[in-house]
Amino acid sequence: MHNFLLQGLLRRPLTDKAPKVDPLAVEELGEAVKFAAYRRLGRSLSIRQVDAGSCNGCELEINALSNPYYDLERFGLHFVASPRHADVLLVTGPVTRNMAEALERTYAATPEPKWVVACGDCARDGGCFAGSYAIVGGVAAVLPVDLHIPGCPPNPTALLQGLLALIERAGTARSGI
Amino acid sequence: MTGIHHIIDTDAAMLRAAPMPRASLSRTQWTQVAEDLAGGKLTLLSLWGSKNHVYMALLDEALGKLGVVSLFCRSKHFPSIGLFHPAAQRLERAACDLFGLVAEGAAEARPWLDHGRWLLSHPMGEAGPAVPQPPYAFLPVQGDSLHQVAVGPVHAGIIEPGHFRFTVQGETVVRLEERLGYVHKGIGSLMHGASLARGVELAGRTSGDSTVAYAWAFSQAAEAALGAQVPARALWLRALMAELERLANHLGDVGAVCNDAAFALMLAHCSVLREQVLRACDAAFGHRMMRDGILPGGVSRDLDAAGVAGLRALVAGIAKAFPPLVALFDDTTSLQDRVVSTGKLVPDLARRFGAGGHVGRASGRNFDTRRNLPYAPYDQLEFKVPGRSDGDVAARVWQRIDEVFQSLALVTQILDRLPDGPIYAEPPAVGEQREGLGLVESFRGDVLVWLTLDAQGRVLRCHMRDPSWFQWPLLEAVIEGNIIADFPLCNKSFNCSYSGHDL
Ligand code: SF4
Repeated sequence: MHNFLLQGLLRRPLTDKAPKVDPLAVEELGEAVKFAAYRRLGRSLSIRQVDAGSCNGCELEINALSNPYYDLERFGLHFVASPRHADVLLVTGPVTRNMAEALERTYAATPEPKWVVACGDCARDGGCFAGSYAIVGGVAAVLPVDLHIPGCPPNPTALLQGLLALIERAGTARSGI
Repeated sequence: MTGIHHIIDTDAAMLRAAPMPRASLSRTQWTQVAEDLAGGKLTLLSLWGSKNHVYMALLDEALGKLGVVSLFCRSKHFPSIGLFHPAAQRLERAACDLFGLVAEGAAEARPWLDHGRWLLSHPMGEAGPAVPQPPYAFLPVQGDSLHQVAVGPVHAGIIEPGHFRFTVQGETVVRLEERLGYVHKGIGSLMHGASLARGVELAGRTSGDSTVAYAWAFSQAAEAALGAQVPARALWLRALMAELERLANHLGDVGAVCNDAAFALMLAHCSVLREQVLRACDAAFGHRMMRDGILPGGVSRDLDAAGVAGLRALVAGIAKAFPPLVALFDDTTSLQDRVVSTGKLVPDLARRFGAGGHVGRASGRNFDTRRNLPYAPYDQLEFKVPGRSDGDVAARVWQRIDEVFQSLALVTQILDRLPDGPIYAEPPAVGEQREGLGLVESFRGDVLVWLTLDAQGRVLRCHMRDPSWFQWPLLEAVIEGNIIADFPLCNKSFNCSYSGHDL
């Protein structure tokens, strides 16, 4: 145990530099985002992740955001356990018919103002599962989506870029008002 | 001999090289199989349906032989196997939901994957309009001062959805009942008519954490059905990817189990090692999870010298960093207090359910397809299959720790001996309908894929059985008598797949 603590003092940190914000993701952010509301949030966002039918690949990369290399919390982004504490729903997967109601209910339990980020190729339009009797479609088939992060799964850098784009807009919006 | 033992006679070499024979059984023979399963003479590898047939894959563990049997279901009925052998119950319920096949005499008539939301009934059989379903009736529990805790489908952490219904007395769990199927995507129906390329894409997205194992098992089934020759270098690269996938998952889960016992230090350190594996995979194979790296006929990307160097550095780094973490796990009393004797799976249950992976191997069922039903290149590699019998959370963590070291050694061996040559050879067109079986050891246990290909080489039916099918029911058993606060520990030490199970 002592060794680990000592090393923690002596070693260089593993944490990567913040990635550049993905211009594509910013573009996709679109007009749907209600800028004024960001003023009420400051620069930090609470995220509630919802798996609406994913293959679990997206979850693995979302989990990786909390490892010391990416250390999501340094950007004021953190995951919360309840939708009632969340500003953002980060939704993965094609939305299965068996999960659609649970997703809607989670959204209903999230207080305003709130944003929905669709994570992964499946979340856009059902991805390779589109057309199945068991799939409703992408996240937008059930909820209003503000931002989509592409990838199968999006890697942690892509996820960070997308989420930082959300915050960046918050900054612009604030100075612009 | 009236038994059905002579039917179970495909050995590993035949399984891997040729189409899978299938025996059509009479109802009497079908029931005999049920008795042999119940008596422990055979292990159920899977049970599945098609429009008018029901199938089983069976293993004779003592002889290392397996077989696939089928029964024509007159007016869509077949004698229940689950009545004699509980491991078959959920598979029968799934076959009923998807195909409308009824297991006669089944102890359990509730739907499993069908939650009444598909707009269709029996989507893969003779589909009709959805039939309204009564609210799901959880099993009744009787006794004094009981209360229920309902968890999910949306869980508090970043994990997959499912519902757990706990009945507790004070803090002690009296019964846990799982309800799954929330992430059912209808992959079986999407497979119908798929090309091999589309099929392997879907297989690789069935359980994201095991994308390599699934793509390999699907490819194995297709290659066996078509009698395809796969270049040696491709087989070795597949094994390399499979061991890296095993490493990433085991490292991540060892940390995650400790985190559920409030020991976040292990999670932080293990997640660093996991991240290093993913980065090395990205550099070597162009994708952190090596998705779409395997396809019928070979692999899609070759490994260059820089990739080899990166992987060697990775193995050296983990071999140095991991042992002190293991010592930390072993020496931390508060952690040991939580994991030792928690969530005990007794060997008899593991055997009866044919539980694979670390769940089975930590409870005395020392089965590993890489050794028991070997496939190239594992038949040319040296490795041990560690085993334990304590069956508690600690044993499952130790099992994964032991397997990390085996995988590290395997990666080095593969890099040392990687043959040169092509990495892909197009599977031949055979012009007739064929069936093939694939069995690959994922980090979680054996993944089974059974394929029927039509004369054009398109998928007629693809059944994929995740190892979780035989592990989820055992999780219900091991939590009994534990406090509810230990459930996350037990659950994480199993780490069953929701998506792989729900399909
Ligand atoms: S986008 Fe890819 S990783 Fe994410 S859920 Fe879909 S198939 Fe899985």
